[in-house]
Parts: sequence; structure tokens; C-alpha cells
Amino acid sequence: MATVLQVTDFSVDYRTSRGEVRALDSVNLKVEEKEFIALVGESGCGKTTLGLATIGLLPPKVARIRGGIISYKGTDLTKLSPNAARKYRGSEIAMIFQEPLTSLNPLKRIGEQIGEAIVLRHQKEDPKGNEKIPRIPGRTWKLPPHVREQAERMLALVRIPDPDHIINRYPFELSGGMRQRAMIAMALSQQPELLIADEPTTALDVTTQAQVLKLMKEIKDKLGTTIMLVTHDLAVASQVADRVVVMYAGQIVEDAEVHALFSSPKHPYTQGLLSCIPTGNREGKQLTPIKGTIPDLTVRRDWCRFHPRCPAAMDVCARKEPLLKELEKDHRVACFLYGE
Amino acid sequence: MANEILRTVDLRKHFKSTRGMNPLARAKERVIRAVDGVSISIASGQTLAVVGESGCGKTTLARTLALLTPLTSGEIYFDGQRIDDGKAGDKEVYRKLQMVFQDPDSSLDPMMKVGDIVAEPLRGLTAMKGVEVRNAALESLIAVGLSGDFVERFPDQLSGGQKQRVAIARAISTRPRLLILDEPTSALDASVQAQILNLLVELQRKFSLSYMLITHNIAVAAYLSDAMAVMYAGNVVEYGPTSEVLRKPRHPYTVALMKSAPTPDPWNRTLLQIEIAGEVPSAIDPPSGCKFNPRCPFAEAICTIDVPELSKIAEGHTAACHFLQKTA
Amino acid sequence: MTSNKQSIVGLVIVMGFLIIAVVMEVAGLLNLQVTPYPANPLPNQVSAVLLPPSLAHPFGTDNIGRDVFSRILVATPYDFMIGFAVVGSAVIVGSLLGGFAGLRGGLLDEILMRVTDVFFALPVLLIAMVIGAILGGGIGNMSVALMITWWPPYARLARGESLKVAHQNYIEASRLSGQRPRHILFRHILPNISGTMLVYATLDIGTVILVYSGLTYLGLGNKPPAPDWGQMVAAYNSWLLSDPWLALIPGLIISIGVIGFSLLGDGIKETLGIR
Repeated sequence: MATVLQVTDFSVDYRTSRGEVRALDSVNLKVEEKEFIALVGESGCGKTTLGLATIGLLPPKVARIRGGIISYKGTDLTKLSPNAARKYRGSEIAMIFQEPLTSLNPLKRIGEQIGEAIVLRHQKEDPKGNEKIPRIPGRTWKLPPHVREQAERMLALVRIPDPDHIINRYPFELSGGMRQRAMIAMALSQQPELLIADEPTTALDVTTQAQVLKLMKEIKDKLGTTIMLVTHDLAVASQVADRVVVMYAGQIVEDAEVHALFSSPKHPYTQGLLSCIPTGNREGKQLTPIKGTIPDLTVRRDWCRFHPRCPAAMDVCARKEPLLKELEKDHRVACFLYGE
Repeated sequence: MANEILRTVDLRKHFKSTRGMNPLARAKERVIRAVDGVSISIASGQTLAVVGESGCGKTTLARTLALLTPLTSGEIYFDGQRIDDGKAGDKEVYRKLQMVFQDPDSSLDPMMKVGDIVAEPLRGLTAMKGVEVRNAALESLIAVGLSGDFVERFPDQLSGGQKQRVAIARAISTRPRLLILDEPTSALDASVQAQILNLLVELQRKFSLSYMLITHNIAVAAYLSDAMAVMYAGNVVEYGPTSEVLRKPRHPYTVALMKSAPTPDPWNRTLLQIEIAGEVPSAIDPPSGCKFNPRCPFAEAICTIDVPELSKIAEGHTAACHFLQKTA
Repeated sequence: MTSNKQSIVGLVIVMGFLIIAVVMEVAGLLNLQVTPYPANPLPNQVSAVLLPPSLAHPFGTDNIGRDVFSRILVATPYDFMIGFAVVGSAVIVGSLLGGFAGLRGGLLDEILMRVTDVFFALPVLLIAMVIGAILGGGIGNMSVALMITWWPPYARLARGESLKVAHQNYIEASRLSGQRPRHILFRHILPNISGTMLVYATLDIGTVILVYSGLTYLGLGNKPPAPDWGQMVAAYNSWLLSDPWLALIPGLIISIGVIGFSLLGDGIKETLGIR
């Protein structure tokens, strides 16, 4: 299968009031076509930063790329000019966020927003076409019939009931789950190759979350879209992802096919995360939390970030930084427990 | 029932909503039936989990039980006494019934020291004074795993997990019998959540506490509770021992809820098998008959007319559905 | 506390005025003269009239030969005391009324809202002037008049902040601790709204000083021969073109005082915002 995304030695710093924080530190990642990968980690691990960097939405004044490459189908996204980067954004790489209320324009109806995305795609396919959505101010507006039909089809694709009715609604008139679906419809309107979803279901009810995740899996199967899901919930990742990438303090600590990760988690942090998840009844056994707290990322370290909290820490862990190594087929770990 | 610490009988809490967008239109009296006939009980020393999604009424239920808001109808019995008729003094009740809230940041007064925060119930509910109060507060802090140094600190110097511990210390300072825990770990990271859950188990054993746990997280409910009540749109739709409800959920909503709950098990992807559509109904204008009928894969005509009662499935296990045989 | 240059300037200005005010007030009570020249000299103590600013008379002398610098110094306590008295009373009354209304809601809240509405609808400054005039003018009466009309914005502010606080979980926890509304108000609500009230009050003192100076200029405040900045501006008006320093300097001093409080208030606002 072709490689869609190749991240090589990628580092990003954030300038904060406390100093420079290394949000991503020499990250290496490969994403294949049609894969559903999950970036998992607690707050501050860098998973959102990686997503934003891929689509080119890092906050300009605050974030600084310190090195490395993000290569999308052979093109280095980090070296593109803003204009060139814009060509990829939306059409090749799309992103949806946690709070759809802030991602959708509250002043525009759903149909209009999806319509815009569709028109953009038509323009890219046929630059001379000169297509525009005519906007009549006031309560009435019209989409050209073929655009409207496609918009309704997109809404139906994301299983929104009564698409012809919803197309006229404003975002605030929809429930959380519906808004998220509308976001997905908008993101898919340009038929992107890669969809990045940053905690898309964290703010939703459990059953709604299940519906949206199931939808995303269907989209991957039906349209062949590559999906990168950013989440803090390892259990969610286990239910939908093909591959799970565990991050800690700006680095990837484990990267494995989903069944391999859950049957034999290799990195102590992954093991710690798993043993935190309550399973069964309290009479069973006590949960084993990970002792300590997330390290201060303003301090630059040349040793294993996790070792102060690691139950299996050795001397070498305080002296050197472990690199991500392939242990078995499709199972990479960055840990000295598996050799130096 | 001697060994029941809490019991409610057909508890209802309705809110009146007269607001409309048009100031000239006649104000229509709309009723929000947040809690619409809930009868549950908690056995002494045990944990009842009240599980549901947004809008199901579980938080309103918690606040009504804690007498923070007056009920509309029904009865509440706490430790053998009726407490909803205003005859039992608030102080008497609160000495034995306390609550821990969801958001650790708004649970603690930012202008108060931790020691005073934990001591507040002691000062307000007991006759203790001075050194006695300080010692009791210190004991509670130590019981939740915080050292004496925390007494002088302010909330903004604490982490989320520590704040929640302080909230728990405050709640147990008068050695109550029942704690209502409203989503106690939802705002915390995975590892901190595990610590707090361990703490809650330990405290329950140590102080013979009963818990009412409000949560949307099935895994947490399964871990902590002995009995489970599943709520949907103001009603209890399934009720029984936790092990039973998990093993053999019978109400279609419970089935969907259990399947939706993500478990770290890629070989058993129940999440992808759910067959539920739509979203939680509006509280002002709920569907007629069984409130779940628009989303239920087994719904038939009668479901839009008749509201099903809780009927017995097995010993202690009930569910409210016209077609329980379909999930057998 | 404040790392901001501007707020330090504000603090310095306010502290400077405060120290002068205290010294002058004490000296007045003890009947001592600490200024280079007497502020209300006897005919035989005056200097030459209308002298421009010089080393001996940093602010010059006025039409009667009084040293302007000394008069400015002696006048300091008046404006400051008025500022603190009016704002102080407004803070206390407003916080109590508004804090309680926000906590309890209901009828009390409605009444408070309507009463403050009335104050906002009327030209309160005019009313204060009328009250002051009826009472007979002078600094004491003017203070009372201002205090009567100054509290409504504080009550509204306190009510708004109190509403925000009243929904916090720790207020409910306090109820669960068996605490009465009175305890909740004093122990929880007031401390948590004090920051906002303080900021508003500090910024407002400057306004009071300005308003009072204006009223004195119109003849309602301190009466001659008591030295008073606003009153000096009025009295020396006639010499604006020939001997400008006489009217300009008191006006400038008023402005500096107001700016000082403004900067200090901003500084406090930033500090509390960060905390």
C-alpha cells in the first residue's frame, strides 16, 4: 500500500510565558493509504500538535518548527509557502475538531457551508469553470441544483436524518452529534485523501460517540479515506483503529498494530495506561495508577522522558534517550528494556 | 427496610419553563420533566450507580436527593426517616448525607485555605470548636492521602486530583453514611482517575460508607457499583445488580449503552455493532409513550402509546419495556 | 506585585499623594505649619502678589500673595478623603446589597434591580448637586450628597459578580455544610467578588475627585478661604491669561491624581487577572 504521510525527525517548539516548550521531539511516523490510525496520549503529549502541523494550522506566532519533515505523498508540507499549503488543506487533507460549534460558522446555514466546500472542489477540478454560490442576502438563498444535490448526498452519507430539511438549518439548531456529522460531511465534501479528527467525540454522549465513530469507520471502508484519530482514550482507539500510536511528552513511545498493542503492550507507559482503565469489579483488583506527573516540557532532556515514573527504569534510562525501534513486524517501541 | 440507607418512591422533579422567544405570545406553560417517577433504593454499605447520558435527569436526581432543590412529588427516605417533608432539619440530614461534585475547580472556594474548606461541614453541622475541628479536618485530609502540609495551601496550588481529594475529605469530615458522587472522575486524566477510584473503594471499606454514583462512564460504574439503575429521559429503564445488568442487559437502551461503552478490547468491537439512531429527546417535548421509541430498533405501535412499567426479569432485576422477549 | 511600569508609576503617584494627605491632615489637627508658607496667611504674612514660579515660590503666588505651593499641599487631604469616603461607602453598601441579591435572587433581587434602574435613569450628578445645595454646600454636605447617589453601579456590579459565584459548586457545598445565607455571603461571596470591586473602586476614586473638584469649582464644595484644588481653579480663573500658572497648576494636580488612580487600578486588574 502506498504511503500517504511520512513524518521524519519532526520537532516543534511552542513559545510560552514560561519559556520554550518542546511539544514534539524528533517524531517519526508513517501512515499508509486507507489506514485508520489513532494517536493516543494524555494532555500535553503532542498529539494535537502533530495533527495541526500536518494540516498546516500551527499557531503562527507561537509555534516554531525546529526540524524534520512531514511528507505528504512525496511533498514536504513544512516547506510549502502559505499559498501552496492552502491547496492541500481541505482538498487533500481535511480536519475536524472537538467542538463543532466553533468550527462551523454560526451565521451560515449548513447547506451553504457544505455547498462552499463542494464548489471549492469543482473549482480545483476545473479551474476555468468559474463557479460561485450566488448569495441572496436575507432569509432565502439558493444553491445551484447540482451543488444542492451533492450537499444532500453528503448529509445522507453521514446519516443525518431529513437532509433536505437540515440543509436549511443553522448550526445552533442542531444537536452536538448532528453538528459533528455536518462537520464530517463538510470535511468530506472535498474528497480528501486524509482526514484528521482531533478528539471529535470527546464532548459527545457515549451512544452518540459510538454512532460517529462507527460512521468514520464506514467512511474509511467505503471511500478509502485515510483517517488519523487523535484521542486521549485508549479504549476508543481499540474499538476503531487499525494501528495505535502512543505518545508521551512530545514523543512516540509505542507504535503498533492494534491487536498487537493490546495483546502485548511493550512500553511501560502503555502498560500503565492500560492498567488504569477500570475493568471488571472492584472486588477484582485495585487499579494501578502511574505514579508521578507529566514532566515539565520547558526543560530539555537527553534521557527517557518517562523514566521518573517508570516501574522498570534502569540506569541507562537516566543517561540516554531511547529511539523508536521495530521489535516485531509492525510493532515499534522506544524503550531500553528491549536493548540499546 | 432496616438495611436500606436511601429509598425513593415515585420521585418527580419538574421544572416550569414559560420562556418563549416572542414576548407578545401568550406564555405557554411548558414543563420539563427532568425526573419523572424514579423509585430506587441503596442498601447500606453498598454502591448504586445511576447511569445515563446528558439530559437523562441523573444530576437533577442527585440534587433533589441532597435537598438542594425541592421535589415536585414523591417520597425520599434516608436512614429510616422521611426527609422530603421539611420536618427533618437540614443539618441533621447533612451530617449523614454529603455530596462530591464533578468539577474539582469549582468545588473549592479559591479564597479559602484547604484546612478551612475541609472544616466547613464540621463547623456548620457539629458543635465542635477550635482544636477539635482542626484535628478532625486533619484526620480527613490524611484519610484521603494528603499530608498535613496541605492545610495551609490554597486551591490554585493544587492539581486536579488533589482538589478532588480535598472535596472528598470535606465530604467525609462529619463521617456521613451516604455520599452522592456526581461524576467524580470525569474531569480527570486516566491515571488520576484510577487513584481516585482506588481511594473511593478504600474509604468505603474503612468508613462503611454507602455511595450513590452518578456517571455516564460504564466502566467506572461497573468497577465501583453493586447495583445499577439506567436512566433515560427522566425515568429508570433498567435496574438491578450491576453484574446482571452488565451481563444480560434487557432494555434496548441499556443494550445500546453497554455496546457503546468503549472497552480496551480490539477483538470484541461492540462499539461498531450498535444499532441506535437519533439523539437524546428534548425534555420539554418528549416522545409519547415510551420515550425511547423513536430510537428503538424493536419499537412497535404500542410503544408510542403506552409508557411501559418496570417489570421483573430476574430476582432484583427489572426493566421497563413492552418487548423484553426481544432482548432475551 | 505589579511588574508593569505603568502601574508602578500609578502606585508611586497615589502613595505620594496619600503621604502628603496624611501629613497635612495631622499637621492641621495639631495646628502646625509644615508648608514653607502659611496656606491662609494673615495680612502681615503675605508675600508679593502674582509672582511667577520661582525657587522661593515653586508655584508662584496668587492675587493676595499667598504661596500657591503651600495651598496645594494643604488642600490635598480634602479631595483624597472625599474620594475614599464616597467610594468606600459605595463599595460597602453596594457589595452588601448586590452580593446578597445575587445570592438569593427572588423579590429582593427584583427590588434592587428596579431601584438601581431608577438611579441610572436620573441625572444623579444633578441630584447630588441639588441635595448638596439644599444642605448648604461645603465639603461635609457634598460628601453626604455624593454618597447617597454613588452606590448603585457598585450594587449592580456586585450582583453580577455574585451571580457568577453563586453557581459554583463550593456554594452548594457550603449549603450542604449547613451554612446560612449570611455565612455564605460573608465567607464565600464577598471575598470572591472583592477583586473586581477593588479594581472598579480604584478606578472610580479618580472620578470622584474629578466630580468633586467640578462641584467645588461651581461653588458647592469647599468654600473659601479653605484651600481646595477645584475651588482654586475657580477662584484663579480670572487670571488665566495674565498669570496662567495660578489656574493651570491646581488643574494639573487634579489630573495627575486621577491618572495615578487609573494606572493603579489597571495594575491591580492585571495582577488579579493573572492570579
